[in-house]
Amino acid sequence: MKIAVLVKQVPSSESTLPLSSDQTWIDESQVSFVMNPPDSFAIEEALLLREKIGEGEIVIVSMGPDRVKKTIKEGLAKGADRGIHLEEEGKIEIDPLSNSKSFSSVLKEENFDLILTGLQSDDTGMGQTGVLLGELLGMSTATLAMETEVQGDSIRVKRELESGWFQWVKLPLPASISIQSGLNTPRYPSLKGIMGAKRKEIKCVSSAEHRSGAQTQFMEKVFVPQTSKQTEVIEGDADTAVARIVEILKSEIKVL
Amino acid sequence: MDILVVLEDNRGSLHRMSKEAIAGAQKMGGSISALAIGENAGALAGELSTFDLTEVITVNHELVSSYNADGYAEVVRQVIDSESPKTVIAGHSYQTRDFMPRVSAKLDIPFIPDIISIEGGYTKQVLNAKLNATVNTNVDQIILSFQSAAFSDESMVSGSCSARSFEVNLDASLVRAESEEPFQESTGDVDLESAELIVSVGRGIEKEENVSLAFDLAKVLGAEVSASRPVVDSGWVEPFRQVGSSGHNVAPKLYFSLGISGAIQHVVGMKGSKNILAINKDPEAPIFEIADYAVVGDVLEIVPKLIEALQS
Repeated sequence: MKIAVLVKQVPSSESTLPLSSDQTWIDESQVSFVMNPPDSFAIEEALLLREKIGEGEIVIVSMGPDRVKKTIKEGLAKGADRGIHLEEEGKIEIDPLSNSKSFSSVLKEENFDLILTGLQSDDTGMGQTGVLLGELLGMSTATLAMETEVQGDSIRVKRELESGWFQWVKLPLPASISIQSGLNTPRYPSLKGIMGAKRKEIKCVSSAEHRSGAQTQFMEKVFVPQTSKQTEVIEGDADTAVARIVEILKSEIKVL
Repeated sequence: MDILVVLEDNRGSLHRMSKEAIAGAQKMGGSISALAIGENAGALAGELSTFDLTEVITVNHELVSSYNADGYAEVVRQVIDSESPKTVIAGHSYQTRDFMPRVSAKLDIPFIPDIISIEGGYTKQVLNAKLNATVNTNVDQIILSFQSAAFSDESMVSGSCSARSFEVNLDASLVRAESEEPFQESTGDVDLESAELIVSVGRGIEKEENVSLAFDLAKVLGAEVSASRPVVDSGWVEPFRQVGSSGHNVAPKLYFSLGISGAIQHVVGMKGSKNILAINKDPEAPIFEIADYAVVGDVLEIVPKLIEALQS
């Protein structure tokens, strides 16, 4: 079983997010980056699948500037076997279709049985690269996986639907599956894993060389949302708060 | 045809987000058709017969009688190919996320997802909703999906519309996935969608035994109880009470939020509420950005006193 896990490096949820001078993205020089949290569930699911099957190769794939090597190494430290880095110079590409064509071009010859992705990225939240790539590579696809089990040359996936509904689907391999966050508990890399990761291969390829066709969607402007809502802030001790809440319920929202 | 709205069958009736997508399409203007797929296509078209659309195109083929990504992606591809809409629109539902990128790849058309506004460009939230981004495109044909409650289904424009059946050409080898029947793991008789008052509990409740506070408050108010995902994932509250992108979409007269931080996945499911009253220890909690009343304080201290005050 040969498994690719697509990971992205994104601004940390604690990072400051100053706008870039042209206001089309953030000033990345002032931002701290981490592995996209939903992707850590995809890595864990790959590791668990390999443990269950008893064999397999796991490849961490990421696109971005030099800094994303750190995120690839984190995956290697957790137990993946090697990495592929699609090096991207310049500003962030938000076009998922164009990005997926680059991934497809690089990964085609690898003939993966399974591609796993996180639910969506915490930065641009396009949430479609795994499915796009699956289609481009002629794979079957499923999203929002809550459980996976490999059965011979198929994979059975429990998909989360809305409002508490679920559905099992059985996909023939090769398949590209996006993993719902929270389905497993991502492990931390061990010290041995971190040391071992230094010897693992990260293959670098130029993303530009694999990019086919023009970019068709782009960020025009990034801005701080303006809330139109008038919010009354209620501070003070609990008794003050309770008195005000009762008044609101009684005379403003009128539910008492 | 300017716009094609791809409808979603929610167990026999139109998904609320499909109605919102129509409302958004009507706001964009131009000639609008809708596409209904599956064994309930006729019923979905019937629901739209009194609204201002050019027509509802219906596709009913045995390979797409119920939803599957392989089949739906191919049907939508064939309809777009034949009808050449400039813009394809759907609600940003889990189902849309599951198959619409396939359509984008098949036809080489960009898919701009999860849009919250169409004023002056397509705006979506980025970086955990801390910033908004206007996304644009340089091609004529695009796919868009609208975030829940970006438009109100109440603003759908009335009129009339006819239905037309569309013949698709599907081969059995196309559908590779075998889908089993959808199921619920637990069911309750709680109807959050039509509840007037909701008390909703988040991680700020700290411990399972404190969850009873939410139920006690709900009892004195005559409200239903809902929860955010972390509380449901911890097993403290039943899954059928979950509000958010993976749970219910609610719009009560009062949404009383107890210790919910307000992650975007939660907010999309409740931001349509008429009044939002939130208690949270953290004055920076994102829930306060959409709250009408922001009570900065400890849920565990305030709620028992509030229950006492309401009972007397």
